Amino acid sequence: MYSEKVMDHFNNPRNVGELENPSGVGTVGNAKCGDIMRMYLDIDGNGIIQEARFKTFGCGAAVATSSMATELVKGKTIQQALAVTNRAVMEALDGLPPAKVHCSLLAEEAIHAALWDYAQKHGIVIEGLEKPVSDIEEKTQEEEYS
Amino acid sequence: MIYLDNAATTRMPEDVFEAMKPYFCEQYANPSAIYSFAGGAARAVDAARRTIAASIGAEPGEIYFTAGGSESDNWAVKAAAQSCQNKGKHIITSTIEHHAVLHTCQALEKQGYEVTYVNVDECGVIKLDELAAAIRLDTVLITVMTANNEIGTIQPIAEIGALARKNGILFHTDAVQAYGHIPLDVDACNIDMLSASGHKFHGPKGVGFLYIRKGVRVGAFVHGGAQERARRAGTLNTPGIVGMGTAAARAVDGLAARMEKETALRDYLIQKVLEKVPYSRLNGHAADRLPNNANFCFRFIEGESLLILLDQEGICASSGSACTSGSLDPSHVLLAIGLPHEIAHGSLRLTLSEENTREEIDFTVDAIKKIVERLRSMSPLYEDFVKEGRAANVQ
Repeated sequence: MYSEKVMDHFNNPRNVGELENPSGVGTVGNAKCGDIMRMYLDIDGNGIIQEARFKTFGCGAAVATSSMATELVKGKTIQQALAVTNRAVMEALDGLPPAKVHCSLLAEEAIHAALWDYAQKHGIVIEGLEKPVSDIEEKTQEEEYS
Repeated sequence: MIYLDNAATTRMPEDVFEAMKPYFCEQYANPSAIYSFAGGAARAVDAARRTIAASIGAEPGEIYFTAGGSESDNWAVKAAAQSCQNKGKHIITSTIEHHAVLHTCQALEKQGYEVTYVNVDECGVIKLDELAAAIRLDTVLITVMTANNEIGTIQPIAEIGALARKNGILFHTDAVQAYGHIPLDVDACNIDMLSASGHKFHGPKGVGFLYIRKGVRVGAFVHGGAQERARRAGTLNTPGIVGMGTAAARAVDGLAARMEKETALRDYLIQKVLEKVPYSRLNGHAADRLPNNANFCFRFIEGESLLILLDQEGICASSGSACTSGSLDPSHVLLAIGLPHEIAHGSLRLTLSEENTREEIDFTVDAIKKIVERLRSMSPLYEDFVKEGRAANVQ
C-alpha cells in the first residue's frame, strides 16, 4: 500500500533522534489517534536551519513523513521551511494512501511547532506562522499498565 | 515465512483440497437436481452436514450452509430480531463482539430495536451479573461470542445459555474463532444458534454454516430457491461445503492433542515475550483463552510499524492499531478491556496453528524484541518516559 519512497524513509529514516539544546522543538499529534511527532531544529544566526531531527510514535506513514519533513527543511531559511506544506511532503514521498494523509498534515504541523518554539524562545514573530494546535493531553493515563 | 495470523485465516491442507477437487470439474451437478448424476454431489453435501452436526452435538437438519461467518452472524441476529418482534425488540450483546454482530446490532438500532452492550472485565470476560441485570421482558435475543477474535478470551457461554434458556430468550453465539479449536456442544450450552466459518479451521474460504436449533423460528435471510429447507436460498457450494466438512472432521479428530500442543506453544510464546520485552503486557485472560491466541501490547510504539518490520523478517501477524483498522480508533476490544488509546495502538496479535514450531517462536520473539527496541528508540513517548518517567507537556 505504500510507495517505495515511503518504505525507504520508514526503513531508513533520515535524521532520527534528538538535538542537544535545540533552537526550537515542537511536539504535535494525538495519542488517541496513534501519531505523535516531535521535531528538533537547529537554526543559525542567519535564520538557516542547520540541523533537523525527529522522533515519532506512529505508523509507517507517520515515520516516513517525519523523516521527509526533516529532509525538506534542512538547509532552508525559516520562510522556506514554512512553505514546506503537507502536500510537498506527500509529493516528495510519491504519495500516501488516502487514510494516511493526516500523517503529512502532522509533519507540516511539527515543523510549525518547532518554529513556534524557536520564535517564543527568541521573542520574535515569524510572519505567516500561527500557534500550532497540539493535542496530546490524552497520553498520560497509562501508568498502571506497565 | 512464519505464519502467525491463523485467526485471520488458516492454510488449507492438501487433503482438504483433494477432497474438494472432484466437485469442480467432474461432479459438478447441482446437488439439488433430481437426476442420478447429481447424486454424488448431494451425498457429499449430506456427509459434510452430518460431520459438522456431529461435531457440535446437533442434528444434520439443524445445519445451514452459508457463505461464511459474517453471513451467519447477520442471518442469526437479523432474523431472530425480526421473527421475535411481536414479543419484543430488545437485544443483549457484548462490547467486544466481532463487527459482523456489532454492526448488525447497530443497523437494527436504526430500525427501532434496542440493544444493550454488556461490558467485559479487564481480561475480556463478559460481566455475567451485568448481563443478567440487562434482561427485560421484551428481550428476544442474547448474542455473545464463544471466543474473542482479537484477545482470544473464551466466554462463559454455558452460563449465558442457561440464563437465556431460563428466561425464554434465544441465544446465539458467534463461534467463528472457536469452532474446530475448542470443544463445543450446543445442548450442554443451551445454544439456539451458532455461527462458524470454514477457513478459520483449515477449510476453504467463502463457506460457513449457521446452526439453528430445531423448533427455533427464525426466518430466511437469503430469499429465493428452496435450498436449506427454504431458509437459505442459493445453489449449494458443493466444493466449499465438502472442503469445510473435511476440515471439520480433521478439526474434531485429535482436537484434544492439538489443543495441548498449541497451548504449550502459546504459553511458551507468552512467557518469552513478557520476559524478553520490557513494558509489554498480555491482553486477554491468561488461562481462559483460545489455545492458539496470544495478544500483547508494547508501550510507546504503534502496531502498524511493528507489523511492517515483522513482515520484513518474514513474519505474518496482525494488530489492533488504528492504522490497521482503517479508522482513527484502535480496536474496540482493547478499549473495552480498559486499555488507554495509546497503549491499545501498540498491540500485536499472534495466532498459531499446529504447524508452528518452537524454532519459529524463538525467531519471532527475537525479532519482536529487536523491532520494539528500534521503534522505541525513535518514539517521543519513550524518550519522555526515560527522561522523566512520565510524558512531559509540550506545546
